[in-house]
Amino acid sequence: MNITNLFKIALRALANNKMRAFLTMLGIIIGVASVIAMLAIGQGSKTSIQNQISTMGSNMIMIQPGADRMGGVRQDPASMQTLKLENFEAIRAQAKLVTAVSPSVSASGQLIAGSNNYPSQVTGANQDYLHIRQLKVKEGSMFTDNDIKTSAKVCVIGKTIVDNLFPDGTSPIGKIIRFNQVPFKVVGVLQPKGFNAMGMDQDAIVIAPYTTVMKRLLAQTYLSMIFASAVSEEYSPMAVDEISQILRREHNLKNGQADDFTIRTQEEISSMLNTTSTLMTTLLACIAGISLVVGGIGIMNIMYVSVTERTREIGLRMSVGARGVDILSQFLIEAIMISITGGLIGVLFGCGISMLVKYVANWPIYIQPWTVLLSFAVCTVTGVFFGWYPAKKAANLDPIEAIRYE
Amino acid sequence: MKKVIELDNIRRDFQVGEEVVHALRGVSFSITEGEFVTIMGTSGSGKSTLLNTLGCLDTPTKGEYYLDGISVRTMTKSERAVLRNRKIGFVFQNYNLLPKTTAVENVELPLMYNTAVSAKERRKRAIDALMAVGLGDRLEHKSNQMSGGQMQRVAIARALVNDPAVILADEATGNLDTRTSFEILVLFQKLHAEGRTIIFVTHNPDIARYSSRNIRLRDGKVIEDTYNTNIQSAAEQLAQLPKNDEE
Ligand SMILES: Nc1ncnc2c1ncn2[C@@H]1O[C@H](COP(=O)(O)OP(=O)(O)OP(=O)(O)O)[C@@H](O)[C@H]1O
Ligand SMILES: [Mg+2]
Repeated sequence: MNITNLFKIALRALANNKMRAFLTMLGIIIGVASVIAMLAIGQGSKTSIQNQISTMGSNMIMIQPGADRMGGVRQDPASMQTLKLENFEAIRAQAKLVTAVSPSVSASGQLIAGSNNYPSQVTGANQDYLHIRQLKVKEGSMFTDNDIKTSAKVCVIGKTIVDNLFPDGTSPIGKIIRFNQVPFKVVGVLQPKGFNAMGMDQDAIVIAPYTTVMKRLLAQTYLSMIFASAVSEEYSPMAVDEISQILRREHNLKNGQADDFTIRTQEEISSMLNTTSTLMTTLLACIAGISLVVGGIGIMNIMYVSVTERTREIGLRMSVGARGVDILSQFLIEAIMISITGGLIGVLFGCGISMLVKYVANWPIYIQPWTVLLSFAVCTVTGVFFGWYPAKKAANLDPIEAIRYE
Repeated sequence: MKKVIELDNIRRDFQVGEEVVHALRGVSFSITEGEFVTIMGTSGSGKSTLLNTLGCLDTPTKGEYYLDGISVRTMTKSERAVLRNRKIGFVFQNYNLLPKTTAVENVELPLMYNTAVSAKERRKRAIDALMAVGLGDRLEHKSNQMSGGQMQRVAIARALVNDPAVILADEATGNLDTRTSFEILVLFQKLHAEGRTIIFVTHNPDIARYSSRNIRLRDGKVIEDTYNTNIQSAAEQLAQLPKNDEE
């Protein structure tokens, strides 16, 4: 049988039943569009979380006081005093797999500059903190070793602080801001970073020498955290081991005794968040997959009904010389054309919906080419698969019975 | 004269539950080129079964059937489909046109299944066939925009378009009023005059007067086979019919 003729036959049959063809297509369109849109939303949030995590720090390792006991009651790490300045110095001196180490203490209170005030925390750290947290000084400079040695009352501040304390746009460099009555001189302004994956403003930040915060603001000798940077991502677990050994030695912990500190890496946080977003993507993909199957069943249903409805037509075609294969091919070509057209429209709709979500709802969207290809392929296969059975049924009809069918 | 159809002791049994229905019980006859044969008989005498056999839609349980010299009995379903496509034209009682499809496209249908015919030739032959049945001015009319008589003309054009060895009609005038029936008969007589072989199944005993031969069936057997030496003209009869007779 001539394939051009078969296409003509199928096209004429489709043109004669535009409504039926459209309804069949609708299932496919909805299926493909929802797969694409849902995967785009899922992948979009995943990538945006990943991006945010990678800007959180560079191969960051966080050391907190207190054991991370499973099941047991866990004490508030802030009330624990096991992390000392000597521990930080030991890590800095002995750990070979970290490139930067910074102590961290924080004090909360009210910042005042002139007639403006803003509630904030002051983080005490050293210069390494900038590298570890991927911060950059945009204006002015970071405080110096000498400032740390002398517990100088200097600080660098983030954009949110600048905007709130200096709303008139004057440069804050060299200005004095007061924190709980203690005057600090602003020596640098940080580049803005925006919100992190957990929705926290990373620009509402004030960094001062840790010595200043410990002595002048808190009058305490223990640290709330130690931050470090592993030399690279793959060395991160080994760096954790190394730090853990150093701290156990420092804390005189015997074999069998549990750690009295907790070490977390950036990878752990990112994989934790990733699991959530992967779960969400999978869930969305499942919903979309179901709609695709429903679309396929729609095709089968309509194809099946149309075989019954068109029994006379099939009988007539057979009586004028159509063979079983001709009828089979005609119905299959109809199914394929419906699926492909529906699939293409579905791709357009899916991308359109994704764009709409991106620009109207401001959600992160990421359309991967493979999801488009996959959903298109799946829909075409579903269409053909579900079109096959009714087509086979049509081809096996007995011409005499078919033509007499009422 | 060349034998278009040769039947040798054709039997057709249908199994209905426990019972066996003998629709045809040994039918033998041959039809030569250019004959206009009417087949008559009471309801259930096996006329349609015989016509389906002649049209290669059905295979006999026993007996040999040669269409244009080709033995049909041993053919596969597909081979019979191709044979129908090349050698047979069907005209049905209820026209069986494709819905919402133009006259020309309906007539083109058999040629769509014949690869040897190009698109251009197909269209030309469809138009010629429609001209031959007097529908040259209705080429693009859709099947649902035509009267019963016009639809049957389209169906006849479709039966003609593949230049078949034989045209088979089952109650082709059964759904039409007297006047339109005569118009269709005039058309069949014209085709007969042009040398076509026609087999026409009918209930109406009057129609035998316009054919060249009449075969009568009863209980699946031929009980009468007569040649008509005095063929009447359907056109003359049509002229005598009152004009606006509805009946
Ligand atoms: N598919 C079938 N299965 C079982 N029995 C059948 C089948 N087709 C026909 N028959 C039987 O065969 C016999 C002949 O039927 P057929 O349709 O040939 O009669 P007919 O002469 O065309 O009648 P009518 O004038 O009413 O159309 C009938 O008894 C019928 O019941
Ligand atoms: Mg009958």
